[in-house]
Amino acid sequence: MTAAAPAEIRRVLIAKPGLDGHDRGAKVIARALRDAGFEVVYTGIRQTPEMIAEAALQEDVDAIGLSILSGAHMTLFPRIVEELRKRGLDDVVVWAGGIIPAADAAKLREMGITAVFGPGSPTTETIAFLRAGGGRSA
Amino acid sequence: MPDVVPLLRSAPAHELAARLRQEDRLALSRMISAVEAGRSDARRELRHLFALGGKAHVVGITGPPGSGKSTLTTALAKAYRARGETVGVVAVDPSSPFTGGAILGDRIRMMELHDDPGVFVRSMATRGLTGGLARSTMDVVALLDAFGKDVIVVETVGVGQDEVEIARTADSTIVVGVPGLGDHIQSIKAGVLEIADILVVNKADLPGAQQVVNDLRAMLSLGATRTPGWTPPIQETVATTARGIPELVKQIDAHVQFLKDSGSWRARRAENARRQVLGILEDHVRSAFERTIRSETWEARFRNIAARTEDPYAVADELLREVALGDDNE
Repeated sequence: MTAAAPAEIRRVLIAKPGLDGHDRGAKVIARALRDAGFEVVYTGIRQTPEMIAEAALQEDVDAIGLSILSGAHMTLFPRIVEELRKRGLDDVVVWAGGIIPAADAAKLREMGITAVFGPGSPTTETIAFLRAGGGRSA
Repeated sequence: MPDVVPLLRSAPAHELAARLRQEDRLALSRMISAVEAGRSDARRELRHLFALGGKAHVVGITGPPGSGKSTLTTALAKAYRARGETVGVVAVDPSSPFTGGAILGDRIRMMELHDDPGVFVRSMATRGLTGGLARSTMDVVALLDAFGKDVIVVETVGVGQDEVEIARTADSTIVVGVPGLGDHIQSIKAGVLEIADILVVNKADLPGAQQVVNDLRAMLSLGATRTPGWTPPIQETVATTARGIPELVKQIDAHVQFLKDSGSWRARRAENARRQVLGILEDHVRSAFERTIRSETWEARFRNIAARTEDPYAVADELLREVALGDDNE
């Protein structure tokens, strides 16, 4: 392998920012990604943006999946993106799942959240998204 | 405004290594990934970084699933931090042998360490290695050591029988038992007990803890200890409330002192080095063979073995000759 080979997505962080305590969706996706061959770091519920960014740094994940149901995504996601940038993690793919209105999803994409999966999305969509590089420009 | 200069994961290893030496945590993290991925430039840099290490004390924590290894690791990390020592943690979880995927969940118990820049926690998947550790665990320990961590805690996958690789990696090996796992305790007695430098009975507030202590004490009295001159102490803990943790830290200190005073330190590290060299060799040899058999010719031979028209012993001998005589592709 050469030094400059673009890394495929292999390590993924699944995080639940904010205060909602329902992590069934996060666990379903973590399990599905494991079964698809990814190494999934799972951090549990009630994570602050700093905690998520710090875990991403220490674990050197290729991608971060944010699961959120509380409605606080427009507050929390920009802060997470900012915390990642502060740590020099500009090349980490960030995507989201949960209850996120379409209008918000468009704004989140502009902020660098490369995909938003709503309720009922099959896990195969997320897997295909990650295998295709997570919308990351090489 | 970025506070740090971004460091792409495709950055050359010499750049990662240079920044790692300046205590850049992102560089450390990305260097670990590069080494884990087997990048050849990272391997070369690892050789230079290796020379900087050797100062950290490596503590191994092993025990059956659910015995509280991650919580114990967190409690230990906090105790060392309270003394002003920096801590690296390597937490190993199993990879699925079928898909290669893994859930790395030890971090859930360690999140309270997240806002302390003196602690660096890295989860690793075994990636096909058995024995309780990942293939690159020693490399990651070497990187944390070169980074300047004072104490490195390595937490194995949940084990119970003969997964004793940790004893070949750590300076002090802690074997954790808990009450209420009768069969697991049996297996600890049979296999993992011999590698213990310190025995911990965690969840000591649960009924049956005293019985576990008594069982372990009885086993120790039979004389099956690892190092002459050192009888593993048995420490009761409740990791969730830090009960017994200050005492455990003292036991580890005493073990360090014993290793140094008795000269076992060098002997143990030399023995570990022998194992490590054999392990590296094993990886080289295995990958050389795996490259060779990735061909229709060899696949046909395997089908012959399945059909009993050839035997695996002769085919293995032939493969050995072919790899040994093959081009030196270094």
